[in-house]
Amino acid sequence: MSSNGKLTIDGREIDIRGEKNLLEIIRRAGINLPTFCYHSELSVYGACRLCLVETDKLGLVAACSTPPQEGIVIRTNTLRTRRLRKMVIELLLANHERECTTCSRSGRCKLQLLAHQLGVKEVRFGKRDKKLPIDLTSPSIVRDPNKCILCGDCVRMCKEVQGLGIWDFAHRGSKTVVTTAFDKELSDVACVNCGQCVSVCPTGALTVKSEIDKVWNAIHNPDKTVVAQIAPAVRVALGEEFGLGAGEDVTGKIVAGLKLTGVDRVFDTLFTADMTTIEESNEFLVRLEKNEKLPIFTSCCPSWVKYCEQFHAELLPNVSSCRSPQQMFGSVVKKYYAKKLNKRPEDVFVVSIMPCVAKKFEAQRPEFTTGGVPDVDAVLTTVETAQMFNEAFIDFTALVNKAFDNPLGVGSGAALIFGASGGVMESVVRYVAGLTGGDEVGRIDFLPVRGMEGIKTASVEVKGRVLKLAVVNGLANTEKLISMIKSGEASFDAIEVMSCPGGCVGGGGQPDVNDTVARIRRAGEIYEMDRVQQLHKPQDNYFVGKAFEEWFGGVNNHETHHALHTTYVPRRRINGKPFIMNDSRSQPLRVSVCLGTGCYLRGAYDVIKEFNDLAENQGIAGQIELNGTFCLEKCDNGVSVNVNDEIITGVTPENAGEIFRNNISILVDKN
Amino acid sequence: MLNSRAELDVLKKKALTEISSMQKRILVCAGTGCVANGSLKVFDLFKQLLAQRPELAVSIELEKEHSQQEISAHTSGCHGFCQMGPLVRIEPRGTLYCKVKPEDVSEIFEEHIINGRVVSRLLYQDDHTHSPIETQDEIPFYKNQLRIALANCGRIDPDDIEDYIAHDGYQSLAKALFEMTPDEVVKEVLDSGLRGRGGGGFPTGRKWLFAREAAGEKKYIICNGDEGDPGAFMDRSVMEGDPHRVIEGMMLAGYAVGADEGYIYVRAEYPLAVKRLRTAVETAGKHGMLGEKILGSGFSFKVNIKEGAGAFVCGEETALIASIEGERGMPRPRPPFPAVSGLWGCPTIINNVETLANLPAIILNGSGWFTNIGTLTSTGTKTFALAGQIAHTGLVEVPMGLTLRKIVFDIGGGLRDNKIFKAVQIGGPSGGCLTKEHLDLPLDYDSLQKVGAMVGSGGMVVMGEDTCMVEVAKFFMGFVQNESCGKCVPCREGSRRMLELLTRIASGSGTEEDLLLLEELALIVKDGSLCGLGKTAPNPVLTTLRYFRSEYEAHVRDKKCPAGVCKDLLDYRIDPSLCRGCGLCKKVCPADAISGVKKEPHRIDPEKCIKCGTCISKCKFGSIVTN
Repeated sequence: MSSNGKLTIDGREIDIRGEKNLLEIIRRAGINLPTFCYHSELSVYGACRLCLVETDKLGLVAACSTPPQEGIVIRTNTLRTRRLRKMVIELLLANHERECTTCSRSGRCKLQLLAHQLGVKEVRFGKRDKKLPIDLTSPSIVRDPNKCILCGDCVRMCKEVQGLGIWDFAHRGSKTVVTTAFDKELSDVACVNCGQCVSVCPTGALTVKSEIDKVWNAIHNPDKTVVAQIAPAVRVALGEEFGLGAGEDVTGKIVAGLKLTGVDRVFDTLFTADMTTIEESNEFLVRLEKNEKLPIFTSCCPSWVKYCEQFHAELLPNVSSCRSPQQMFGSVVKKYYAKKLNKRPEDVFVVSIMPCVAKKFEAQRPEFTTGGVPDVDAVLTTVETAQMFNEAFIDFTALVNKAFDNPLGVGSGAALIFGASGGVMESVVRYVAGLTGGDEVGRIDFLPVRGMEGIKTASVEVKGRVLKLAVVNGLANTEKLISMIKSGEASFDAIEVMSCPGGCVGGGGQPDVNDTVARIRRAGEIYEMDRVQQLHKPQDNYFVGKAFEEWFGGVNNHETHHALHTTYVPRRRINGKPFIMNDSRSQPLRVSVCLGTGCYLRGAYDVIKEFNDLAENQGIAGQIELNGTFCLEKCDNGVSVNVNDEIITGVTPENAGEIFRNNISILVDKN
Repeated sequence: MLNSRAELDVLKKKALTEISSMQKRILVCAGTGCVANGSLKVFDLFKQLLAQRPELAVSIELEKEHSQQEISAHTSGCHGFCQMGPLVRIEPRGTLYCKVKPEDVSEIFEEHIINGRVVSRLLYQDDHTHSPIETQDEIPFYKNQLRIALANCGRIDPDDIEDYIAHDGYQSLAKALFEMTPDEVVKEVLDSGLRGRGGGGFPTGRKWLFAREAAGEKKYIICNGDEGDPGAFMDRSVMEGDPHRVIEGMMLAGYAVGADEGYIYVRAEYPLAVKRLRTAVETAGKHGMLGEKILGSGFSFKVNIKEGAGAFVCGEETALIASIEGERGMPRPRPPFPAVSGLWGCPTIINNVETLANLPAIILNGSGWFTNIGTLTSTGTKTFALAGQIAHTGLVEVPMGLTLRKIVFDIGGGLRDNKIFKAVQIGGPSGGCLTKEHLDLPLDYDSLQKVGAMVGSGGMVVMGEDTCMVEVAKFFMGFVQNESCGKCVPCREGSRRMLELLTRIASGSGTEEDLLLLEELALIVKDGSLCGLGKTAPNPVLTTLRYFRSEYEAHVRDKKCPAGVCKDLLDYRIDPSLCRGCGLCKKVCPADAISGVKKEPHRIDPEKCIKCGTCISKCKFGSIVTN
């Protein structure tokens, strides 16, 4: 391995610049070798075999897992590599549910793209032999195992970045699948709906659950007033779906597009983001004063909230009771704005435009309702919104910018930066500094909490007290931070948690490619927009201040707690029937039949079956725990049966009834 | 507790005296094969008989401290001659009784033990002359073998560390610890030319050198006992028959590379091996042969036993490491190689059981002794598990470079039922097949590789003329597609599709394009797979295609199976000249495909016939024939 020197790629001499593997150098040299399983942010997996190259020293190697070597001669395009790549694609296509025209991933599917690029014109093998059921149970994510190519990207993303491991491989050989623990439905496991697995899935195996039709139905229903809110991170990413660069500000076009589709009012989530900062900061200040429930954790990120409910029930009192901006918006619209329109809550349809997949889950939480109807009726991701524009044949790039409607259409720069990791914390700092420092406090750019780094720490002085702040993104990093706090290695007063890398700009509902480069660009534009924004601090937002006075008679009071706050309860990680460890009446009788080769050949399976039938017939099946076991080492005397640690040998299918009567059912009666 | 080399030698002498003081020693094979055939009952009967004869001053206590004891009965590890089991060996003459049934025990006891007369009806009979052969060493099955790894198997009590010590056990470790530096041990192994016996044949010394040079405080030695090839049981026999030798081999490796901890990864499906290894680790610990400051030297070593979870792929070293770490057993890309970054990121040596079992003899006798055995590039011996249609199934150890002919015909006794030799599948699903033309090929790493096969772990399935090679390839491909870990595309998807093509060909619906596609795919799977399993998985297909192409062509062109195995390609016919019209076939046919009048030749309707073969098995006149 060498971190500098030169090597040769397809006849050209190229510098090694500290890359970890050949693939990065080859791509820098202008050869975009394809991969399914390589992601610079994840561990090297080496399974798709598309990046195989021929070398003079090592033969045929996977470029992704081979460290650079000084002087090595690499050829990327040879008869062998080309044939191999085509065959890999052909093999994958053979086992792939090829309903491409109706697949939601069509046009963005890497498999489809590579088949086309490599000129794979026919599939000479048979089709998939079995159609597996599609999992539609999650409010956020749809899993179609028939389209999975087993690249393992979702597995590693969930395990390495989110520290959860919801997905993993099960079974072997051609029966291998990616699935959840115990093959449970996605809604029944600890999935926090962040959608990062969807972001890395190259095919239509993992997709976002679409709510587009629900929104169209509302738009086309004359009795409904459709109200939209747009989250900050959407406006710097949606343009990518129409060929604009990552990070281009398309706020005005989104507003215009939504109006064109028939949305009645287009508002800004920034309005309630400012409310969130004000409520949360006041909550923080009260806790500081009482010196209780510290550190305070932010609660804007629904994935983090679910994670905390599942894995850290002990921290729930520390999580801010503030609803997220999306839910504050829904609540405010259904409880107050609807009245203004003389509408019942059910006649106002709130649709959120979000970079996030977990917001779909959050909107469906039972506590977020008004008069029995959900505060937020539908959540569209950035990608879904672009899809909606496409369905309406809107020429997005040609749209003329439009402004948000009022009164919920104004937000400060402090709300805008909610879209990037560190933004909520910076916003709180701006508010608290303004509150304590008064009018003299000018613009505050709190740089230490900005950037893509996983864990960021900073401190700030308020009224002579130095507050220690932490900002974390990615749940694996969050877990790391929590264990640091628990071990006493670190202590903080306030912690911002965002589940997605880089914060909401890197959300699971953002366009492809959703990598670090794209995230940096999007966040960069958000801070640029904040720089030119006149309203800097939440308290600069006149409309928000007015709303607090008009609707709640102030901030952080009983009224705001009813409409803008919530409560949390610990949540099970795995749903479904509990495992019965033992019968409450008595310990079950343990009967295990040896299934080693010798006993198997002498009819062990028939013995098990016989025992099972007898137990059922005598109505004592519940009191007997019947199992097969590995070899009991009485091979010359099989079939062997272990009854409560006593081994009975010489059992045959013929005498099984007798043995059951004499040695098993008697014991059950005694119990 | 042995605290020095001198104490080890004292114990050795004591154990040896005890063994030689015993006039007769009855060793009942307790290998898995013999146990399944009832050897434990035989052992119990011997024990009972010994107990009934106190007038012979024979104690039924089986432990050796009672040196006044004249006759003792022991269980032993596998002798390798499994087909003839249960085997009973009586020392000191080495008389070997075969297929001993419980009812034979009293006769052996009366005649041999008491009266000193050999029971010739229970002796092995020569294949050709049918005259009885008394001692094990004279039997052709053993005579042509040279046992290094299996030296003690069947000769010592595997549960008795003193029996091992009496047979030079732990002497090589003592030599290494007190006469050699770690570098000298590595050099000795390098010079011996020992290559990995698990399949790849990578030079063991080179592997050790990498690990010795790798930086790291903590290093591990792993013994790969995850033997999984269908029909292979070499490693099992060593672990069951001579567990201390494996441990000693690991300690030599540990001393050489600077590791103080080892894992034995053994299949859970080998419960006897697991038990014997556990006993061995425990007694070695009690004797101070494992633990801190062994024999008073500065070297410490600890051995853990990890039972495998039942996946074939866990025999692949990186998958094995993942499995020990508690992860799903899936191979990881190399580099980094385990010798640099293995178990929990530490430099790790993984050696196969048989490789480790060779080491004590190499260190004790020197590399020069070892290089005199075998060929120039493949030194030493290799164990093979003979299976299939061979007369003597069992385990053999022969010098590298012995010809296939010698193994199959001289040692193995040729084919069963006078069948004609067609091919052997060597090396399990990763190996390839060898044919008549290879009978005089010396069996070593390089010559096997040249003909597209490999030594592999040493499984050797012998096939007669009535074997269909398409069916053979299909069998192994079925195995691979189930046992592939499912990680990389060529292996997972490729094996599935190769099986699909082979099934199509065997069923008669294959085309010549299918044959070409099969070959193309096989080469790509070989080229592109991530680990050794996938890279070698197409070998059975490629070698059968290479040596038996005409058989494949008969399947696709003429829709015929020359060996008469592939059911879909058989036509069932009644030979009218032989049929007596008894009507039995008509009665048993489940498809109502047979018609005819009593006492007149019957007929099979090929449209209705499902080729189940029931009629053939029922016909008393041999009148139903297939093409």
